[in-house]
Amino acid sequence: MAKGKLTFNENLCKGCGLCVAACPKKILELDKTRLNSKGYHPATCVNPDECIGCAFCATQCPDVVITVERF
Amino acid sequence: MAVVFEPTKGLTDKPFHYCPGCCHGIIHRLVAETLVDNDALETAVGVASVGCTYNSYEYIACDMVQAAHGRAPAVATGIKRNLKDSFVFTYQGDGDLASIGTAEIVHAAARSENITVIFVNNAVYGMTSGQMAPTTLVGQVTTTSPWGRDPSYQGYPINVSEFLSNLAGAAYVERVCVTDYKNIQNAKRAIQKAFNVQKNKLGFSLVEVLSTCPTNWGKEPLAAMDWLKENMEKQYPLGCYKGADITFDADGKYVSGAIPATSNNCVNVGEVKK
Repeated sequence: MAKGKLTFNENLCKGCGLCVAACPKKILELDKTRLNSKGYHPATCVNPDECIGCAFCATQCPDVVITVERF
Repeated sequence: MAVVFEPTKGLTDKPFHYCPGCCHGIIHRLVAETLVDNDALETAVGVASVGCTYNSYEYIACDMVQAAHGRAPAVATGIKRNLKDSFVFTYQGDGDLASIGTAEIVHAAARSENITVIFVNNAVYGMTSGQMAPTTLVGQVTTTSPWGRDPSYQGYPINVSEFLSNLAGAAYVERVCVTDYKNIQNAKRAIQKAFNVQKNKLGFSLVEVLSTCPTNWGKEPLAAMDWLKENMEKQYPLGCYKGADITFDADGKYVSGAIPATSNNCVNVGEVKK
């Protein structure tokens, strides 16, 4: 199974949660302990080892927050 | 390690001003990616309309013009007739295109202007805080239909794709949505096909994209996506309404399919006065 790596441009995130719902491995969450510069809870990957690099999250993101690499 | 998804060069660095969960960001990106894929970023001209998309010229990294409310197809007509080799597109919402701009869009399609229209339909006036639009569903609550849209008083929604597809000048009309990965890829394919239609000078093309407006629908972004699937897709069925049989080869060159008659292949009716 391919492995993926996500990079979040956190300050663009508006915490809409569409990426959280789009992830087939259910490893994305809104980080309720932090705020970004816009004042939203940014999306983060809670279990990076599980990521398969499918880019569903990045495709669904309306604010082009996520960059996806696969290896 | 290969990068499978990165921010496209077709978008500027400016962060979107749209509300959380608004589909405009996705649709902007699809348009920008299509321009980059076709190496058209330097030559394309977009026409921004009035509505939430009023400053889409700040986000898409090609040349863009701002048109008066609803007049984007008329402005695009002028640009395309002068810059025949440029890809010319308009980016309009439903309050802009289906209400104040009805005359412009109908006649641009009837003239078979060789332009592409990206029509974002979210069933409500977004920027002005959620008034009823011509595309608002029957029974939908908005700030100007607080008891739900009543057809006996406020009429019925307009299905733009269906009625424009009846015009002989329209070459390609398709309705898509961006609720999930599969539909987003389908929307990108539709935008690319509209691009090819214009490149091959086949006539007017329109892609209607169903979008959410979480703020004015009063829903969470995810609940808004579900509401779109349950309600909007019933009133506005997805699919290709005109030009489904038009095909292109791998280089985007026209292969086959029914297209509007042009000056080269139409038959004159009556006597031509000299």
